[in-house]
Amino acid sequence: MEAVDPIMVNLTVFALAIFVGYHVVWNVTPALHTPLMSVTNAISGIIIVGAMVAAGPVPIDWGTVLGLVAVVLASVNVFGGFLVTQRMLEMFKKKPGKDEKKGH
Amino acid sequence: MSANQVALAYLVASIFFIFSLKGLSSPVTARRGNLFGIVGMVIAVATTIALTLNWTLIVLGIAAGGTIGAIVARRIQMTAMPELVAAMHSLVGLAAVLVAIAAVHNPAAYGILAADGLIPRGNRLELFIGTFVGAITFSGSVIAFGKLSGRIGSAPVAFLGQHWLNLALAFVMIGFGVAFMFTQEWTPFAVMTAIAFFLGVLIIIPIGGADMPVVISMLNSYSGWAAAGIGFSLNNTMLIISGSLVGSSGAILSYIMCKAMNRSFFSVILGGFGAAEGAVAGDAGEKKNYKSGSPEDAAFLMGNAESVIIVPGYGLAVARAQHAVKEMAEKLHAKGVNIRFAIHPVAGRMPGHMNVLLAEAEIPYDQVFEMEEINNEFSTTDVVLVLGANDVVNPAANVPGSPIYGMPILEVHRARTVLVVKRSMATGYAGLDNDLFYMDKTMMVFGDAKKVVEDMVRSI
Repeated sequence: MEAVDPIMVNLTVFALAIFVGYHVVWNVTPALHTPLMSVTNAISGIIIVGAMVAAGPVPIDWGTVLGLVAVVLASVNVFGGFLVTQRMLEMFKKKPGKDEKKGH
Repeated sequence: MSANQVALAYLVASIFFIFSLKGLSSPVTARRGNLFGIVGMVIAVATTIALTLNWTLIVLGIAAGGTIGAIVARRIQMTAMPELVAAMHSLVGLAAVLVAIAAVHNPAAYGILAADGLIPRGNRLELFIGTFVGAITFSGSVIAFGKLSGRIGSAPVAFLGQHWLNLALAFVMIGFGVAFMFTQEWTPFAVMTAIAFFLGVLIIIPIGGADMPVVISMLNSYSGWAAAGIGFSLNNTMLIISGSLVGSSGAILSYIMCKAMNRSFFSVILGGFGAAEGAVAGDAGEKKNYKSGSPEDAAFLMGNAESVIIVPGYGLAVARAQHAVKEMAEKLHAKGVNIRFAIHPVAGRMPGHMNVLLAEAEIPYDQVFEMEEINNEFSTTDVVLVLGANDVVNPAANVPGSPIYGMPILEVHRARTVLVVKRSMATGYAGLDNDLFYMDKTMMVFGDAKKVVEDMVRSI
């Protein structure tokens, strides 16, 4: 048998990742759906990795410039996403001195 | 670094991302979850920097983008979260398109150059998919941002034959994409991308303001699939995993939103439901009577109740009344009233929006209940205060034949006394009159939510 085409490995990873995503996301409490959206925004900034490879080569040509622009765009998402999520999650902290009532 | 070491680092980063989302299962573990996400991203970026030559420029780019992101994150108001999220989706979509273009231009940099000097056909297919999903995400999100921030009218833009036009354009776009897959020429790629940008605009403009929670969730999902598509074309499993996590998340949120509005996803996408906000109800019929009262009357009723449930809607957020509500809740609590908040899943402009607005006002999250948890409690509640919510408390949803029949609602009409705070008798998004307002047990309190609540606070 010849070697497996990379697309098969990718499809396997894709399928498993969707299953994992399905189960993990259904367990997110509805009260945190907005932070969920902002953190997934931050995580989708992972495209920065692709952008960095595009921006990597020297000498600089228009492909490199496109890559750099994409790096800037993705960075806005990464920093903005994680920081706004943190800001929102701070609001869900219990203030010290309050009784611990039952959570849900 | 060898390719295997890079792959291992990417795997570790992906695992951190999975744990990041797991953390959001409760407010207690959520902050840790966010931290895991940051760690995963740091690992991914640090590993990749080691692979590039231009790292000074790249670091400058990260610093520039990062500064913008940080400033926006610090200053954005929680009522503007939907716009922010829409804007951020557009950036990911655009970045995906740019990365795809760069990959077609210089496949060797990505290691996807085959021996015959061309990109393998499978990767070309994936590049075209990643590109068009990214392009649609970009332009669709720009329109969504415009509608949410009020820069574009929120009324649906409909014209004859638009769905056929969109379908035709989609086929043409796929045709060019397939042409690219066979030839690897720039022209079909460019035309396909241009059509995709155009399509993104066309599919979002027919959707009205009320359906924005679904639209934002849908675009959230697309931004994930765009990243996953690019992951396929670059043979990067971390992009595939991360993109799939995000894509599934958006898809699930869209599903939840559609269930909560009792509308199918397709009917939302094909758009057009609901008149522009504020239209007077079409059903003239007999003149219906309603009781109205002052904030002082309302305060009296609430102060003497044993249990009060507050139902906040988007109107509360628009009026920036959440802090006044917190004060009122504290005063009532001090009088021994059992005070709780009930949130409908589609309250606000995005999933979980009301929860964040209440948390921002420092209302403890264990006083805030989701619809399923609290719906049985209304029948034993003395007073319900409805603040800026409308369709989600309309008992017409239980009546077969009503346009909103079947939509899950908060069973406010079962409580002993109902107080409704609104600016006027104008209808909500569904363009329907609300039967709740005309019930004997209901007292309307007209005015701006913030002012009314402040008046109530003074009188308690």
